[in-house]
Amino acid sequence: MTHWLKRFYFLLIGLFLSLPLIVVAGVSVNAKQTLAFPPQGFSLSWYGEIFTNPEWRAALVASVILATTSAALAVLIALPLSWFLWRRIAPWANIFQVLGIAPFTLPPVITALGLLTFWATTGFYGQPWTAVIGHAIFFVTLPLVTLSLGFSAIDRSFVEAAATMGANDRTIFRTVVLPLILPYLVSGYAFAFVLSLNEYIVAYMTVGFTLETLPIKIFNALRYGYTPTMASVTILFVFTAAVIFSLVAKFGDLPKLLGAMASDES
Amino acid sequence: MKREPPQSIADYGPLFFPAGMLLIFFVVPFGTMIAVSFFQRQEGGFYTPAFVFSNYERFLTAFFGGVLGFSLMLAVTVAICCVVLALPFTYLLSRLTRRLQVIWLVGLLSVLSLSEVIIGFAWSTLLSRTAGLSNLLVKIGLLEQPVALFPSFGAVLTGMVYQALPYTILVLYPAIVRLDPTLMEAARTLGSSPIRAFFNVLVPALRNTIMATLIMVFIFALGSYLLPQILGRPQHWTLSVLITDQAIYQSNMPFAAAMAVFLVLVTLGLVALTLLIGRKGEKA
Repeated sequence: MTHWLKRFYFLLIGLFLSLPLIVVAGVSVNAKQTLAFPPQGFSLSWYGEIFTNPEWRAALVASVILATTSAALAVLIALPLSWFLWRRIAPWANIFQVLGIAPFTLPPVITALGLLTFWATTGFYGQPWTAVIGHAIFFVTLPLVTLSLGFSAIDRSFVEAAATMGANDRTIFRTVVLPLILPYLVSGYAFAFVLSLNEYIVAYMTVGFTLETLPIKIFNALRYGYTPTMASVTILFVFTAAVIFSLVAKFGDLPKLLGAMASDES
Repeated sequence: MKREPPQSIADYGPLFFPAGMLLIFFVVPFGTMIAVSFFQRQEGGFYTPAFVFSNYERFLTAFFGGVLGFSLMLAVTVAICCVVLALPFTYLLSRLTRRLQVIWLVGLLSVLSLSEVIIGFAWSTLLSRTAGLSNLLVKIGLLEQPVALFPSFGAVLTGMVYQALPYTILVLYPAIVRLDPTLMEAARTLGSSPIRAFFNVLVPALRNTIMATLIMVFIFALGSYLLPQILGRPQHWTLSVLITDQAIYQSNMPFAAAMAVFLVLVTLGLVALTLLIGRKGEKA
């Protein structure tokens, strides 16, 4: 009996989590420009629309560029910081770890509003690159947490062996440390990339009136006119996230990564 | 090579770039926001430097009190719903084979990374008259004709639980995975049914984790800024929605900043409480 109860509970939660996406997937294959479910007719043209309609394509390109560059910048901030904290004894430097985790822990509106006032005061409000910095700061938490985890997993005797053989910091970093933390670096980048792709409020408050990312475009479409393209973009997003996280799971230890991540955050 | 304190300025080298970025683009904006919250608003969307408390005084109105009360109530309800749903689920998840666990985790992460815009759109479609659940109910004869189930409080709550549930599961997951499995086995050997063992052994053992998770989900739910807007009516707007609205559409930056500072204080207070509970848990 309890066995069936278990199955039923998994089914229930699975259904709750997937139902909205199933309906959206249904809507995305409508033949005509209606948001009907079950879909009327079948057509994949709304997926084509993402790439052929100049407005949606521009939003897609903007989102992908923003996510690629901001995730890279987040990793560039997180890597030297977590390396320093691992290599040196400097307790006061932990304050920067806290600063890196704070933007992600606070309600997103706070970081967004802070950046809005900052860019408005300095006169750069609306420049596309301000969103890159905004996202990098907002999501630096993710590579920071995965990298600290990666560094703490390094066996220090490897490093000592290399040092005894006469390797300097630079050589040790390149030949010993980097290969060992590479999986954590990649997963940190992947998490930041996916979340940046989906982020709305920081992008909206910093560049909302000059640049349309996909989430901003979807929100505007939600307000000023529905189209099934919104549905096809949504499915594309879920698919991308699932593929990226599956790759992280395939090449890394996902349960371990999540186990340590959540405990670090709390 | 041992860990050692930095010897020279050059040893601090790696810290310069990350520290600079975080100071310039997080600490300074944060400070700017606090400063602006004391500024005087001018007609037409501008503000002038000043040191006034009028933006904070607006908190004392009945309207603001109502919004604050509603935000807190909504976030508490979301946190409780999520933990109640997630606790048995996460426990069952931790008993699955590793392969199945990874599949669920990938799915949970994918839903968690969804933008609020997308969650709002998906639920507004699911609850709509043309494409929604009510069509299904009509098909099986439970309903005469399709109806729109949003905007409503139920829709806001459902959307926010949907958004926060994967987060709740992933916060609970490490604590439950690390839980000593012999605990439940002992309860079972002594003749307790699985459900009784769950409530009499597992829940008390995880008391501190549950409290900390409730607070974390509460903070997470406080940050929701779009779902109340998309799925609710204006009376369902939360503090986060109001901040966005004041900053973007009413162009009242000082008031928006004052509300944001207030929200930070509430959040920090709760984070401190979480840490306190965590520390108590370690001692016990």
